[in-house]
Amino acid sequence: MFRSRSDLVRGIGAHAALGGYTLIALFPVALIVINAFKSRAAIFSEPLMPPTPKSFSLIGFETISARGDFISYFINSATVTGVSLALILLFGAMAAFALSEYRFRGNALIALYVALGIMIPIRLGTVAILQLVVSAGLVNNLVALVLVYTAQGLPLSVFILTEFMRQISADLKDAGRIDGLSEYKIFFTLVLPLVRPAIATVAVFTMIPIWNDLWFPLILAPAEQTKTITLGAQVFIGQFVTDWNAVLAALTLAIVPVLILYLLFSRQLVRGLTAGAVK
Amino acid sequence: MSSAKSDRPPSPRWHIAVFLAPALSIYSALMVIPLASTLKQSLYNHVDDTLAFVGFDNFSKLLLDPTWATSFWNALSNNLVFFVIHMLLQNPIGIALAALLANPKLRLVRFYRTAIFVPTILSFVIVGFVWKLILSPLWGVAPSIMKAIGLGGLFAPWLGREDSALIALSLVSVWQFVGMPMILIYAALLSIPDEVLEAAECDGVTGWSQFFKIKLPLILPTIGIASILTFVGNFNAFDLVYVAQGAQAGPNYSTDLLGTFLYRTFFGFQLQLGDTYMGATIASMMFLLILFGVCTYLFFVQRRLQRYQL
Repeated sequence: MFRSRSDLVRGIGAHAALGGYTLIALFPVALIVINAFKSRAAIFSEPLMPPTPKSFSLIGFETISARGDFISYFINSATVTGVSLALILLFGAMAAFALSEYRFRGNALIALYVALGIMIPIRLGTVAILQLVVSAGLVNNLVALVLVYTAQGLPLSVFILTEFMRQISADLKDAGRIDGLSEYKIFFTLVLPLVRPAIATVAVFTMIPIWNDLWFPLILAPAEQTKTITLGAQVFIGQFVTDWNAVLAALTLAIVPVLILYLLFSRQLVRGLTAGAVK
Repeated sequence: MSSAKSDRPPSPRWHIAVFLAPALSIYSALMVIPLASTLKQSLYNHVDDTLAFVGFDNFSKLLLDPTWATSFWNALSNNLVFFVIHMLLQNPIGIALAALLANPKLRLVRFYRTAIFVPTILSFVIVGFVWKLILSPLWGVAPSIMKAIGLGGLFAPWLGREDSALIALSLVSVWQFVGMPMILIYAALLSIPDEVLEAAECDGVTGWSQFFKIKLPLILPTIGIASILTFVGNFNAFDLVYVAQGAQAGPNYSTDLLGTFLYRTFFGFQLQLGDTYMGATIASMMFLLILFGVCTYLFFVQRRLQRYQL
């Protein structure tokens, strides 16, 4: 009897604490979104109220769509993030397969060499990266961003995928070899499908910093036609700081894609973590 | 690549090189070599219009010459404050939230977990701007909320004042990244085997004492990883300050971190021209600091923690 009542109290306490923190976490986001759909007067007079039929307005979104460049920023971000992610996952999985599957001289050394990059921020090499990009003629070219982000994401990708690939049973691969499959076929048709959960984990962890990065777009690709959405929103906010409708609408649009991606992947993220990927 | 000792077929194993080549070449070309080259450039500078090897002159300029040293030590001490506030708040809050979430009887866990992680996925542009709006006396969201709970008199434009701007920004950053330690530690708590907890319950160790006596020691390695990730992230921070306070890290450089200092030095701002070699020197100092932190952690902390690992 007593035990269940204390459980009840404890349950209520836990919900109160978690619910309270959820409010703190979501309040600023909610504030942006509800005010993006209001008239300018209502943003100032009642910032905490959701839009009513009287105060509802899409003027901010109209201002943005009239400028149009937001769409191209969005496409730039999607291209850079998508291509980098594909390269990180493919090249990372290939390297992880080599490191986990074969015994060869220098194996441990190569694994250590790559793992070093997990802790050292690539940003510290910016001075030389910029010189490299300039001499390769890739300034204001999205290729430069893709290469930098691929280099940045590979260490964690190789590390996590190596851990996962070690757990795949050798019998399966040996059976494949007996059936005459090449090593490449074994990698692509047997191993890759089995590490899908790990790939999803790596994808979430590497995608978020790439999508949100401000530093490298600012330095390597600040031109109008190569701006990413993060840099574009930053510049846009600077220019339109008095047009609150436009700024709030721009922020809302910047939140939506990353939120959708996160909601799609969030279950996979925790599953990958609990499966022992990051220990 | 001799395969004499291997149990695999002894044919030339070109496929190993093929599997490794793309990752190794991109990683080396864009990360390792630029980092090494940046370290090397920190030892060079222009002397009488020609590039010359100057040894550690740049470093002594950075640490001792007042024109550089004032900014450097200011940025470094700000960075330390930034890090200490994260360690005192972000990780303990993250652990507490994770401990609550890991309760198997609790409902709505997925909702809480997802909601609390949301700020972590937002870009700094959004985070910096929305907190500027909330804390701005102009819009009045924070003042009116504080008035509603009877604390109206305490409100001040925190981001605009020299003595509070750094703390306010640190708290914003804590708000944003609490999800990271939470999710890592939550995963670690879930992977504690049930038998261990059942055994504890048989011995009458339940509730909070079970958390402190059984679970906490088992998740110490994960807390260590969360802390070192916080350290690296903090000493590499740039975006939040740049977005909220600009490259000048105002007011009056009170929110300047090593990252913003590096940006201003390397790329210049307003009337000051960019300086590649001093930029490389600052980047090298940041590299040494991060390396020192990571090594200290690996040699002294992680090694001792391994003992508890299951």
